[in-house]
Amino acid sequence: MSESRRLRASLLPRGAELVQRYPEILMAGWRRKLTPAAVCAGAIGLYIAGVIALGISPATIIHGLGRLVDIAGLMFPPDPQSWSRFSLYLSALGQTLAIAFIGTLFAAIIACPFGFLAARNVVANRLIHFLSRRSLDTLRSVDTLIWALIWINVVGLGPFAGALAIMSTDIGAFGKLMSEAIEAADRRPVDGLVSAGGSRLHAIRFGMVPQLLPVFASQLLYFFESNTRSATIIGIVGAGGIGLHLSEQIRFLEWQQVSFLILMILVTVAALDWISQRLRSAIIGHRD
Amino acid sequence: MLGLALATIALAISAIGAEVQPVLLWNKIGNFTSYFDRLLKLDTGMRVWTDPKEWFWGIARWARLLGDTLLIAYIATLTGAIGGFVCAAPASRNLMRHAAVRFAVRRGLEFCRSVPDIVFALIFVAAFGLGALPGILAVAIHTSGALGKLFTEVVENIDMRPVEAVAANGGSWLAQLRFAVTPQVLSNLISYTLLRFEINVRSATVLGFVGAGGIGQDLIVAIRKFYYSDVSAMLLMIILTVIVIDMLSARLRHRLLALENPR
Repeated sequence: MSESRRLRASLLPRGAELVQRYPEILMAGWRRKLTPAAVCAGAIGLYIAGVIALGISPATIIHGLGRLVDIAGLMFPPDPQSWSRFSLYLSALGQTLAIAFIGTLFAAIIACPFGFLAARNVVANRLIHFLSRRSLDTLRSVDTLIWALIWINVVGLGPFAGALAIMSTDIGAFGKLMSEAIEAADRRPVDGLVSAGGSRLHAIRFGMVPQLLPVFASQLLYFFESNTRSATIIGIVGAGGIGLHLSEQIRFLEWQQVSFLILMILVTVAALDWISQRLRSAIIGHRD
Repeated sequence: MLGLALATIALAISAIGAEVQPVLLWNKIGNFTSYFDRLLKLDTGMRVWTDPKEWFWGIARWARLLGDTLLIAYIATLTGAIGGFVCAAPASRNLMRHAAVRFAVRRGLEFCRSVPDIVFALIFVAAFGLGALPGILAVAIHTSGALGKLFTEVVENIDMRPVEAVAANGGSWLAQLRFAVTPQVLSNLISYTLLRFEINVRSATVLGFVGAGGIGQDLIVAIRKFYYSDVSAMLLMIILTVIVIDMLSARLRHRLLALENPR
C-alpha cells in the first residue's frame, strides 16, 4: 500500500492539471466506481457460496493434499515395468493418433456443407440458417465422452467408436468456425464471378474456396492437435486408445506406470504442437 | 501431389489403426437411429413428449446435480483464472527479465494444459476421494494452464509506456503490474475467462464419469443401465444449459468489447 501512496504523492503536485486532462477517470461518480465493486463482491460471494454448497472443507483439502504428495512421490521414477508393456502402450498411443486423425478429417469433410448452410451470406433463407446453426450447437454442446458412450452402443467397444465420437463433437465446432470464416470472407470475388455469368456453385468454388482454404487448413491442424488430447481420454469409457491403460493403471494404483503414460502423452502432444506450428506458419506464409 | 499421396498413406494407416469398419458402420447404423428412437421412448412404450412428467421424473435431483456441475465449472474457472493471472506476469517476456524464471513458469503452464483435465480428475479422485473437490481442482489446474498462456500473450502485447512511467515514478514491480498492466489487459482477460467458462461447463458435465461430481455421475449410470428416457432427459437439460450459457457469455463478451472500444 505504501507503494500506491508514494506514487500518489509523486503525482499530487500536478493534481489539478491531471484532473483537467482526465476528468472522466479521476472525477468519476460513485456509480462508476460502485459497479465494478458490486460485480467483484457478487463473484466472490457466489464463489464462497459454491464452496460451501459443494461441501468442501479445509480438512478434506489438507488431508487430500497430503495423499496427493504421497502419490506424486510414488510416481517417480516413471517406469513401464517391462518392454512388452512399453510396446503395448506405444501401439495404444498410435491408435490414439489414428483416432484423432480420422475423427478430425471426417468431421472436416462432413462439416463443410453445414458450414456453408449456416453462413448468412451463402444461404439467405433464415429458417435453414437458424436450423443448421442450432443443430451445430447441439452437436457441439455434448461432450466427446458422452458421444463415445453413445457410439459404443452402436458400433461396440473399440477405437472406431472413439473416432466417431470425436467426429460428432467436431462437426459442430468445425461447422461453426467455417460459417464464421465464410461470413467474414471478401464478397468482391464472388460478385465478380456472378457478374461475369458464373453460377452460384461457380461463385462458391472460385470466389470463396480459395480465400477459405488456408484458414480451414490451419484450423484443421489446430483441431487435430486438440483432438489428440481428447483421444487420449476417450479410452476411459472404453473407446480405444491410451486412455484405457491410463484409467486401468490409476485404478490399480500403479503410479509409476501412470506417470510413464502421462509422460508419453506429454511428449506426443508437445511434438505435435511443434509440427503443426511449423506447418501452420508454412501454410499461412505460402498463401500470402 | 506429394502431399496428397502422403495424406492418403496417413489416412490408410490411421484407418487400420483406428479399426475403421465402414461395413460395420453401415450394418450398425440402424442401431444409431434405433438408439435415438429408444432414447425418446418411455418405459411404457409411449413417446417421451406425451408425458413430460414421467419423462422428467427426476428433475429435482438432476437440476441439483446440474447446478453442482455449473458451480464446479464456476469455481474452477475463477480459481484457474487467478492462477493463470498470477503466472502471466512472470511468464511474459516484457515484464520478467530473468529467463530462468520465465522458462520454469512457462513449462509449468504447459504441463498444466497438456494433461487433460479428466486425467487430473482420475488422479485427484484417488487422492481426495469421490466428490466435487477433485473435479474442481482438476478443471482449475487445466484452466490455469490454458488461460496462463493466453494471458501471457495478452500481457506481452501491451503498451509499455505506462509501465515505464510508473517505474520512473519509483513504483515497484507490483505497482507496475497493478497500475500500468492490469488496466490495459483486464477486459481481454475477462473475455478469455468467459470463453473458458463455456468450455469448462462442457467438460464439467463429464467429470462425474470418473466420480468427480456433477450430473455426469447420474448420466453414466443411466447410459450404462439403458435407462433410455432418463438419458434423453439429462442430455436435453445439458444441451439447453450449455447453449444458454454460451449465449449469455457471448452477449457479455460483446458488451465488454463495446465498453473497451469507444475509449
